Amino acid sequence: MQKVFETMKVELKKITPQLIAIFIALLVGSIVLLATGFSPVEAYGALVIGAFGDIYGVGQTLTQATPIIFTALAFLFAFKAGLFNIGAEGQFLVGALAGAIVGISFSGLPTIIHIPLALLAGAFFGGLYAFIPAILKTKFGAHEVITTMMLTYVAIYLTGYMVTDIFKAPGWVSQTPLISPTAELPRILPPTQLSASLLIGIFLVFLTYYTLQKTVLGYEIRAIGFNSLAAENGGINVKKGLILSLVISGALAGIGGAGEILGVHRRFIDGFSPGYGWDGLAVALIGGLNPFGSFLAAILIGVLRSGGMTMNRVTGVPIDIVTILQALVILFVAAPVFIKHLIRRGKKYD
Amino acid sequence: MTEIFDLITVGLFASAIRMATPIAFAALGGIFSERAGIINIGLEGMMLTCAFGAVAATHFLGNPWLGVLAALIIGALLGLLHGLITIKFVGNQIVSGTGINILALGLTAYMSQIIWGSRGASDAVQGIDPISIPILKDIPIIGEIIGVHSPLVYILILAVAISYIILFKTPFGLRIRAVGEHPAAADTAGVDVFKIKYYCLIISGMLAGFGGAFLSLGHLNLFAWGMTGGRGFIALAAMIFGGWMPLGAFGASLLFGFSDALQMRLQTLGILPSQIILTIPYILTIIVLAGVIGRVNPPSDYKPYKRE
Repeated sequence: MQKVFETMKVELKKITPQLIAIFIALLVGSIVLLATGFSPVEAYGALVIGAFGDIYGVGQTLTQATPIIFTALAFLFAFKAGLFNIGAEGQFLVGALAGAIVGISFSGLPTIIHIPLALLAGAFFGGLYAFIPAILKTKFGAHEVITTMMLTYVAIYLTGYMVTDIFKAPGWVSQTPLISPTAELPRILPPTQLSASLLIGIFLVFLTYYTLQKTVLGYEIRAIGFNSLAAENGGINVKKGLILSLVISGALAGIGGAGEILGVHRRFIDGFSPGYGWDGLAVALIGGLNPFGSFLAAILIGVLRSGGMTMNRVTGVPIDIVTILQALVILFVAAPVFIKHLIRRGKKYD
Repeated sequence: MTEIFDLITVGLFASAIRMATPIAFAALGGIFSERAGIINIGLEGMMLTCAFGAVAATHFLGNPWLGVLAALIIGALLGLLHGLITIKFVGNQIVSGTGINILALGLTAYMSQIIWGSRGASDAVQGIDPISIPILKDIPIIGEIIGVHSPLVYILILAVAISYIILFKTPFGLRIRAVGEHPAAADTAGVDVFKIKYYCLIISGMLAGFGGAFLSLGHLNLFAWGMTGGRGFIALAAMIFGGWMPLGAFGASLLFGFSDALQMRLQTLGILPSQIILTIPYILTIIVLAGVIGRVNPPSDYKPYKRE
């Protein structure tokens, strides 16, 4: 028992900066609320009740968290190799479209084949889309921050074009037809939209942890991220490692996109992602760049989003306070020295 | 084919300049920041917040030029914030920039709801009227393209020239470039590395402020949700495409502005899908970064500077 508490203490210490960042963000958020004539107690209260109060709230919270789990894993996987994949949004969209196309193209396939096929298509095309910046980085030295960002916009417009033209369903909305029922991921908490995509996400959290910590590939990727020169000298093929980590990163985002289509929307609608890829970056950072931490951080964002809707309905606080809170957490997490500064100050007063 | 040629009118070029203006302002902002060794992907959010601030200040104070002033102040403060996080607290530049972008989206929508009761768009305010340049406006064709514009367009042209002079013809500019290229050497030579970085980020934010003010007060005379629509990111593309040089970035902005203006007109014809044209700036930038059209080298390695 003693041992369990000790490990818990160690683990908690690791995420202390994140917890402090969340706390300060909520504090600054209260100031914003007070300054604009709202009661923070009422607002946050409504938010918590909205997120956990009933089955709809819980379902909505987890539904909102699901796609971000994938994009957070995507960001962190590349980050372990020292790469900044800020283009998870693009890979997510490409994977989503691939999943949708497989979903609508076959009918009569057994579900047990159709769903994995659509998810694999998402992973494959998401990975392929990340292969472009990987090659540009390793062969031409183009910085992945800019290339992945530019490719995200290319993906937004190209997927938009595909669903307003080639794969468009009849009608005036830019969307594909509905996928075949055989490709639908089951909803696991009816009547909410929560789908089995969440379970795939949880599985991938463990798989990502295992791959990074317990396999040779994971070791090599972390070695490259830690010091690529030393890794090279140690006989690790750095280029291969960089390419693989970025492709796997893209594949993770791609599965997330496909899962979102198969489970929630059941068709690709132009502009369906409110920026899950960008959220992934934020969530991975809030989660301390750890798969389990990212999972918890994704849930936190889910709570804010789903509770935010209730808060908006009940108290009239604009829903955008949630975005503000999210940004504040990122900014405080971005400045680790600031948090350390605070911790040191706090210790002085102990 | 004749339809496409019918589109190429003086109006198209004039609208290309209007489209290019916010991109070019932000691209200049990007140059100052990156020349001093700090990546600023927060330009998008800075521009958005400034676009909002310009409209809000005009709404309350009644004068659009006070709106521009507000935009400049907000831009300077956001530049300072990026500086505090990345310089003083040695935070990651990409993360800080992303945080600023998200903060901008949330804060502007929130305040828009508070002030005007709508998170989608503000009420219309008094905008900045276009001015016509005497003599220039009477030249055929050229006069129609560049003779009548918002004063901010002419301020942009001045800003391009001044930026070039500051960066390449003054001791201050030399220090900026030294700080970006080799901070340790600059420090040894007695340059206050951190101060220069702060100055550059403040300038960067103010230039984004001009861009934002132009978007809201020079175009629609209102603030709309997410109205920058990725122009801050296109500005980064223009900055790279222009080789981190003011004139180059201005040229690239014109090119991107032109493709944007053309895209809007093509939409009405429906020959080439607008989405395909919209990808052009991004694909061009990737090609340039890959070194297909000659190598471009960033002016810095963007590592945070620590005194030994």
